[in-house]
Amino acid sequence: MADIIEQIESAVKNNKVMIFMKGNRNFPQCGFSAATIAIFEQLGVPYETADVLSDPELRDGIKRYSNWPTIPQVYIDGKFVGGCDIIREMHETGELEPLVKAALAEPARPQ
Amino acid sequence: MIARGIPDAQVEVRDYTGGGDHFEALVVSPSFEGKGLIERHQLVYQALGDAMRVQVHALTLKTLTPAQYQNRR
Repeated sequence: MADIIEQIESAVKNNKVMIFMKGNRNFPQCGFSAATIAIFEQLGVPYETADVLSDPELRDGIKRYSNWPTIPQVYIDGKFVGGCDIIREMHETGELEPLVKAALAEPARPQ
Repeated sequence: MIARGIPDAQVEVRDYTGGGDHFEALVVSPSFEGKGLIERHQLVYQALGDAMRVQVHALTLKTLTPAQYQNRR
């Protein structure tokens, strides 16, 4: 169990934009995951995804790691930012893009 | 159920597929004042407790303070 938490931690630390989703970017398996991916595609920024459907341990682990019951979950610069509703709302208010751009502008954090 | 967990909340819920597992909720509460979106949504999820894990497949949330709600009108 400790392994999955370590795995999640390393994923959110090593990727400026890390999305835990159902399916993958080309074949999202849920409307909410698809909507989230669409926003990051629209922003045209690099992001990494992990598919919780292919890994039950990850699906359970990420919910406990974030204390958040739903998927997708978006991490920017190592911090949990929210699920689909929050990302959508931040995108509409224009908060999301500067947050992502600022994270991407920083050099990678030393591990 | 949300109103039980957040007593001062005004809640509007819509079952948008009619299937009883996809919901859309607008929650307006003074307890959201000064809280970020993550904390607000977490309050709602907490109020839903186990139902969130078992019954509800999808929940679209909008969380506003009374002042924000007024501004939207």
